[in-house]
Amino acid sequence: MNATLWWLVGATALMSALMKAIGPMALGGRELPAWFERVVRLFAPALLAALVVTQVFAVRGGHLGLGANAAGVAAAGVVFLRGGSVLVGVVIAVLVTAGLRLVT
Amino acid sequence: MADEDGGDRSPRRIFRAGLRAGSPYALANAAVSLTFGVLARDAGFSALGAIVMSAVVFAGSAQFAAVGVIAQGGGIPAAVGAASLVHSRFLPMGIAIAPSLRGGPLRRAAEGQAVVDASWAMANQGDGRFDRMFLFGATAVQYVCWVAGTAVGALAGTAFDPKRFGLDAVVPAFFLALLVAELRDRRTRVVAATGGLTALALLPFTPPGVPVLVAATAALVGLRPHRRDPA
Repeated sequence: MNATLWWLVGATALMSALMKAIGPMALGGRELPAWFERVVRLFAPALLAALVVTQVFAVRGGHLGLGANAAGVAAAGVVFLRGGSVLVGVVIAVLVTAGLRLVT
Repeated sequence: MADEDGGDRSPRRIFRAGLRAGSPYALANAAVSLTFGVLARDAGFSALGAIVMSAVVFAGSAQFAAVGVIAQGGGIPAAVGAASLVHSRFLPMGIAIAPSLRGGPLRRAAEGQAVVDASWAMANQGDGRFDRMFLFGATAVQYVCWVAGTAVGALAGTAFDPKRFGLDAVVPAFFLALLVAELRDRRTRVVAATGGLTALALLPFTPPGVPVLVAATAALVGLRPHRRDPA
């Protein structure tokens, strides 16, 4: 593993610890501006949607394409929307993706 | 759920109640972190590197975001940026739990490291207070399983092709599960759609990692006061 990836581990660990420490250490009991809290809460849906899209779509030759994992993730989406657990959805995604690759 | 231990409120009993309550989530964590171990190896991590990352970061969404950007050819700033933004939800969670933690600033910061999604939700007593011993118990069992699952995946990582076994579907499915849980009202759905479409539009034209970071600007809609709307 190259040194760059160790930097990634260190930087991500530091960032993770800081995010969890700031509230308890400095802001406990203090009211944050409402706009700040609204923006922070909306980061999650914006980023998670972007992460799903960038993981499912692949770029080949300048064009967007979909792989077998897109069908697996779509199947997992149905599970989650029907109230299924994370584990069940992830297992369904893996089985559908691997099954499609087996037959194609 | 933090009150499930009935009349005996000794810290040890509450900690054990947290351990029990966190166990189902810990098993699910082990399965997800096993996949993290495999995918991290596929992205160029050594087994030790993957295990250390799980041990010192202990945050599935941040770890998958960082490794996902690297696997697509992105750089360290983009990877850490994506991980930071995904992880930023712990800011308000840490602020909410702060009055329930003990000691001076450093000790409270250390205790705040025990905040993970499921533990935070289960330790919530519903009156603005959190049961810290319950939180510690619920997180401890999840931490052990998270690191152990990563170790199994990382050590087996090079033995098989993750794509052949459909493991490349795990990360987006995991993010999709978190996303569905976030879609509470019309505003979050609009922000998610905007973020997703922004990333999709940029994907063919920008370096890896950039679409995710630009998509985060969809959250700036939160600068406007929230107008109550039916979900």
